[in-house]
Amino acid sequence: MSETVVLVFTGFIGLGILLCLLRLFMGPTASDRAVAADTACTVTTALLVLMGFVFQRYVYLDVSLVYAVLTFIGAVAIARFLERGI
Amino acid sequence: MSELEAGPQRPARPMPGPPGGAPAGGVRSFIWLIVLLFAVWLILTSSFHWQELIVGAALSLIMAIALNRVYQQLGMPPLTPWRLLNMIAFATILAIEIIKANLDVAWRVIHPKLPIRPGIVVIRTELQQDIAKLILANSITLTPGTFTLDIIGDELLIHWIDVRAEDIETATKLIGGRFEKYLRRIFK
Amino acid sequence: MLLEVLGTVVTGIGVLFLFLGGLGVFRMPDVYNRLQAGTKCTTLGACLTIIGVGIMEPAWFWKTLAIALFILLTNPISNHALGRASRKSGVPLCDQSVVDRTDSFMEKSGEKEQ
Repeated sequence: MSETVVLVFTGFIGLGILLCLLRLFMGPTASDRAVAADTACTVTTALLVLMGFVFQRYVYLDVSLVYAVLTFIGAVAIARFLERGI
Repeated sequence: MSELEAGPQRPARPMPGPPGGAPAGGVRSFIWLIVLLFAVWLILTSSFHWQELIVGAALSLIMAIALNRVYQQLGMPPLTPWRLLNMIAFATILAIEIIKANLDVAWRVIHPKLPIRPGIVVIRTELQQDIAKLILANSITLTPGTFTLDIIGDELLIHWIDVRAEDIETATKLIGGRFEKYLRRIFK
Repeated sequence: MLLEVLGTVVTGIGVLFLFLGGLGVFRMPDVYNRLQAGTKCTTLGACLTIIGVGIMEPAWFWKTLAIALFILLTNPISNHALGRASRKSGVPLCDQSVVDRTDSFMEKSGEKEQ
């Protein structure tokens, strides 16, 4: 992949994360914020793998896997908290 | 019978074995579990060095002993060629539906006027195992315009971004009908 | 060379869907519609991006496939949990909604649970 392509790809992903973060700040209810945070985390998982390819570091795949697991656990924990409190 | 078994399962979860009197697996499902865990280990380490292989085998044996009861309670049916065929058909349909769903959502998001007509409807399922209902709910979530909000017994609460039918029968046919045929064949 | 072009194209489609997921979360009017856009687009987008990287770097393929499968399995579940939580905590539907069968569903479930 040439440098331009990498820049375009990461730019699009960054724009997506930025829109999610805007929703995170604006969101009228707590659920909106939780959804925005969860979406941003999933997008970040993909971004980590892409960055691993750009920098040619295999370790990023492990980081991304752990990040995916933590996103899942975090989303479920927030959902339980919203449902009936901890 | 189906009324009794599809009753409420949420409050407590003692979960007896698979309904319908299917045999509870035994040695064969235990070996399947070990093979599955070992495959996951191989993919995660992605190395065939003999030390890695020995540690992986030992760890998958320990994990299989620890997880055996949970796995049996899932009620996975034994694998037969007929089931495998149905699973492949199911996966193909699911992949096509996922792509259609994404194009659909992308069109709605890009459209300047946001052409949505959302609503919440109820559909009914005839599946009985929890794992089958889980797969059905996940598939519904990933297909065009529908999103599973809740499951109680044999009824699913669905958020539909473009409501086309409000009564239970039509909605069931439109939303769940595509997958339920195959899932019923797989989990019978 | 061919693999690299193919991988770039697959990654590009995935990146586009990731962006559209973010846009959907930003534009949609209420939580449930946001969940629709967020779940579908990010699931396929993340899977395609990750598998595209696996195609470009064949030695990584199996691991990327494992990550993609994990996302494909868990993303719907976590979003389903968020949706159920927002319905139970009483987030209202948006004004354009045409039908809401939650009440009959809850009534029936209450009867069943007793």
